[in-house]
Amino acid sequence: MTLAAVGLACVRGELELFSGLHFSVEPGDALRVGGSNGAGKTSLLRILSGLAAPTEGEVHWNGRDIRRQREEFHAGLLWLGHANGVKDDLLAWENLVVSTTLDGRPATRDAAIEALEQLGLGRAADLPTRSLSQGQRKRVALARLSLVSDAALWILDEPFTALDVAAVDALCGTIGRHLQRGGMVIYTTHQDVKLDARRVRTLDMNRGAPC
Amino acid sequence: MLKALACVIRRDLMLAWRRRSDVLTTLFFFIIVVTLFPLGVGAESNLLRTMAPGILWVAALLASMLSLGRLFALDHADGTLEQMLLSAEPLTVIVIGKIIAHWLVSGFPLVLLAPVLAIQFDLPPDAIAVLCASLLLGTPVLSLIGAIGAALTLGVRGGGVLVSLLVLPLYIPVLIFGAGAVGAQASGLGASAHLLLLGGVMLGSAALAPWAAAAALRISME
Repeated sequence: MTLAAVGLACVRGELELFSGLHFSVEPGDALRVGGSNGAGKTSLLRILSGLAAPTEGEVHWNGRDIRRQREEFHAGLLWLGHANGVKDDLLAWENLVVSTTLDGRPATRDAAIEALEQLGLGRAADLPTRSLSQGQRKRVALARLSLVSDAALWILDEPFTALDVAAVDALCGTIGRHLQRGGMVIYTTHQDVKLDARRVRTLDMNRGAPC
Repeated sequence: MLKALACVIRRDLMLAWRRRSDVLTTLFFFIIVVTLFPLGVGAESNLLRTMAPGILWVAALLASMLSLGRLFALDHADGTLEQMLLSAEPLTVIVIGKIIAHWLVSGFPLVLLAPVLAIQFDLPPDAIAVLCASLLLGTPVLSLIGAIGAALTLGVRGGGVLVSLLVLPLYIPVLIFGAGAVGAQASGLGASAHLLLLGGVMLGSAALAPWAAAAALRISME
């Protein structure tokens, strides 16, 4: 399984965010998308996930354009956007059950509560998400990662923001285990985090080339 | 696939229940608009009887417009809509689930309220029965076509006004046949032709609108 960017370009209004972007992500790879604010990190992730269309170029999943095989691609994709995708009016575990069902791998109530307990949210599992702190909401969103483990490609936009040190370590561990199983991770962060991966590459959006 | 459909319906119903005030606003709007007419027009019972179906139907159209804003906008704001677009389940199925839940919350209660409100207009029982049947067949069309408008205007500034300009003209056939059914019944022609047409419109839009709304969602998210 590979994800390949073929000559991607993105133009917002008059501004060219990036162009001629080529790279590929293989099983076990982690790709960190870096760059200053407004360099086009989120735009790139939205294009890679198929939410947005690139101005030029294509994104290939197993050699075929993702826009021609949406359902196959989405079955192997886990997306965690800038907005958490957590409903304020649902309880924490209900949020997890709904999002895993939409991912095509429904979790039971008990499995959801167990995943939340692992992230230190045991007491908050039965609370509406509106009463949780920003960091706790992020954890509710991140609990999906441990439940939906058979999605090969994780695209995470700023997964480490609002998390405390312990939670950052736990998330690094989860990502590391995913990579060891042969998963792929594409993420953005401004924080300095150490991932336990065979190969962590950085794509610097200010220079527009992987290194 | 059915599991996802049931999950989306249950989720939206649960959210509506936890935000009851939003739903009740729409219902009270419907009740108040319908109630204002007898007060404004006066107690001329023949006049009220002829006007009743039209008034109830127009009020139902406006009430369903009010609730369209909630269909996708809240999910758009908190990022859950992105998750739905990237779901392993077909987006059309998810949209169908959202439309069904929207109808159950904002269309079906109007059908239940209509007989009570029709009493204010002194409608005979058989006319009330026809009115309810026409609402039962017509309100799903309002949710179905409205979903396309709501999806197209997602994230647009002033989307609320735009959605009414887009969607209200498309509601006109439903209004004509819905309100006309009661008139046809009263004139002795029988309402079956109108109701069959309404049923046809409902089946046609049920077959096409979810696909159109799903495509519109992808376009407006890009």
